[in-house]
Amino acid sequence: MSALRIARLRKRFGAQEVLKGIDLEIGSGEFLVLVGPSGCGKSTLLNVIAGLEKAGEGTVEIGGRVVNDVAPKDRDIAMVFQSYALYPTMTVRQNITFGMECRRVPRPQQEEALARVARLLQIEALLNRKPSQLSGGQRQRVAMGRALVRDPMLFLFDEPLSNLDAKLRVEMRMEIKQLHRRIGATMVYVTHDQIEAMTMATRIAVMHQGEVQQFADPETIYNRPATLFVARFMGAPPMNTVAARLTGGAEGLAAIIGAGRPDEIRLPVPEELAARAGPFRDREVVLGIRPECIAEADRRFGADARHSVPIEAPVEMTEPTGAETIVLMRLGGEALLGRVSPDIRLPVGAPARFALDTRKLCLFDPATERLIA
Amino acid sequence: MTPDPGPATAPAAPALDAPRAAARRAAARPAWRDAIGRWLPHLVLWPPLLVSVVHVLGFTGYTTWMSFTASTLMPDYEWVGLRNYTAVLNSRNWQIATDNLLIYGAGFVVLTTALGLLLAVLIDQRVRGENLFRTIYLYPMAVSFVVTGTVWAWLLNPSIGIQRLVRSMGWGGFRFDWLVDREMAIYTIVIAGAWQASGFAMALFLAGIRSVDADLYKAAQVDGAGPWRIYRRVVLPAIWPIFIAVLVILLQYTIKTFDLVRALTGGGPGIATQLPALVVYDLMFQRGLLGRGSAAAVMMLLSLLLVLVPYFGFMRWRRHREARHG
Repeated sequence: MSALRIARLRKRFGAQEVLKGIDLEIGSGEFLVLVGPSGCGKSTLLNVIAGLEKAGEGTVEIGGRVVNDVAPKDRDIAMVFQSYALYPTMTVRQNITFGMECRRVPRPQQEEALARVARLLQIEALLNRKPSQLSGGQRQRVAMGRALVRDPMLFLFDEPLSNLDAKLRVEMRMEIKQLHRRIGATMVYVTHDQIEAMTMATRIAVMHQGEVQQFADPETIYNRPATLFVARFMGAPPMNTVAARLTGGAEGLAAIIGAGRPDEIRLPVPEELAARAGPFRDREVVLGIRPECIAEADRRFGADARHSVPIEAPVEMTEPTGAETIVLMRLGGEALLGRVSPDIRLPVGAPARFALDTRKLCLFDPATERLIA
Repeated sequence: MTPDPGPATAPAAPALDAPRAAARRAAARPAWRDAIGRWLPHLVLWPPLLVSVVHVLGFTGYTTWMSFTASTLMPDYEWVGLRNYTAVLNSRNWQIATDNLLIYGAGFVVLTTALGLLLAVLIDQRVRGENLFRTIYLYPMAVSFVVTGTVWAWLLNPSIGIQRLVRSMGWGGFRFDWLVDREMAIYTIVIAGAWQASGFAMALFLAGIRSVDADLYKAAQVDGAGPWRIYRRVVLPAIWPIFIAVLVILLQYTIKTFDLVRALTGGGPGIATQLPALVVYDLMFQRGLLGRGSAAAVMMLLSLLLVLVPYFGFMRWRRHREARHG
């Protein structure tokens, strides 16, 4: 049984269509992250799932039950908001038990649930405080407590970490992930932060302009992005996307960056991709390559030496981050980013030698911007 | 121990450049513009300040002084101590006025707050034509109290107003003659006052309700609270400072009420709807008892201070608390 199923969902505000036919389905215990830039419709989608916005067309099913006309309180959901939305005049205790009070849960059971959640989130000492007396991280915990205190079919998170500072955000990210593993609940999590999406999700839906660009597990999203948008949105620094020309020789298919220039670069296309890329032989494509696939010259990618192609390119800029150095280089007239080991010194302006991993090349159709192979 | 002047003067040196630059810029401007620039603030600030001080503080002080003298029709500077105060406090007129003030004050504040809150909550339901309704509800505020009083005097007049209307529709036995009833007349003032001020209370409440974080409504909805419970437990508690503001504004309004009663009942029937402000007017300008009138006026001022001083204390306390909590 799927915990959440959304079919052909459409939603418009006036003339603006904000959700243009969404189809998603996740099983019980999954962690779905809706990710996309602001204005992509991800928060609206979450509100429709919660029942706080009405669906225009299509259906929303929670636990196998169509809930289009079910009020939020009867949908068996719990929600954590970006602003935490703690009731300012109630104590932490009242904030957490308010929902149970509304559902007329008997007192002893309320106390029991409160104690369980307070222990789980380590907020026992804060129960009698007002939200204004809490720090950002503590408010975040209380907001989570309010959701955890009921045992719902679905947890909904609306950018819950975006108001925290960077350090706390990383901590809470890990905690939510651990929490998910521990209680095994189904969660839907909205964020604009692709790192949160990659680290927490079991499945990611990348949204853009009211459409799901790709719905897959994080690895597929990262390695085989379905569209150029996904390729450029996920990953920091993002995937390099450059114009290239596919040519076929005796030794197999190759992509050429800067074809016709003296510094053109020829990259052999791996056999697994070559079959699907066949129709694009002798045509222009967009070549995508992750920055970590361009490294220092003596790096070897995989067991097969053929996958590591040596290239030479002038270095335009370097950004040492400590753990690695990001290099901006010029390849066949195009600017590309590479990621090299931090102990390599690359003089800016001079050409340097790199190794390029061809296993994870992505080829996109320049007209439709969709993945070819 | 003397402080070491060395480090204190050293960092100050670069800061000296700024005034010097300003002086250079100033030198380029004609002298008359400089003179205007220097004098304009004084020209704008002093006259109003002087007028305010003379009119507000000066005349308040003068009235207070008068209240301790034997002044009658004209000022008389013979000091009589608290005699005017005891005379006013012991007069039946003043006793009725203060009793009325309590009834009117309680009724007016409660009714206006309740009506204002109700209107605000109704308008908050995202009704169509919200702006129109808001304007209509606020409109009485733009009308002078004299107009309100006159209109309600007609409406409540048994022989031409509501009573006659209902009777002419067939309910022959209908009675609504509070205006001419000694016991009930004070409530007509409550009704007219609430009609006038509830739109204003609504505006304040609505602004408060609208400033509540929209996520709070969503959270309460997901928690399973119905609209009534959301207002009662989440929204209205969150805007409690607005309640204080409305209460204070209405209370000081109550104490100063004069023209409404003047136009609606003229203090009658008899002296049944007498209020302190009417007593002051009566003593000073109709009976020619400046000393006693001043004493009554000073007592009104004291009751106003009783409302306002705690409010300003409260405001200071809140600012202080907000500054601490950030």
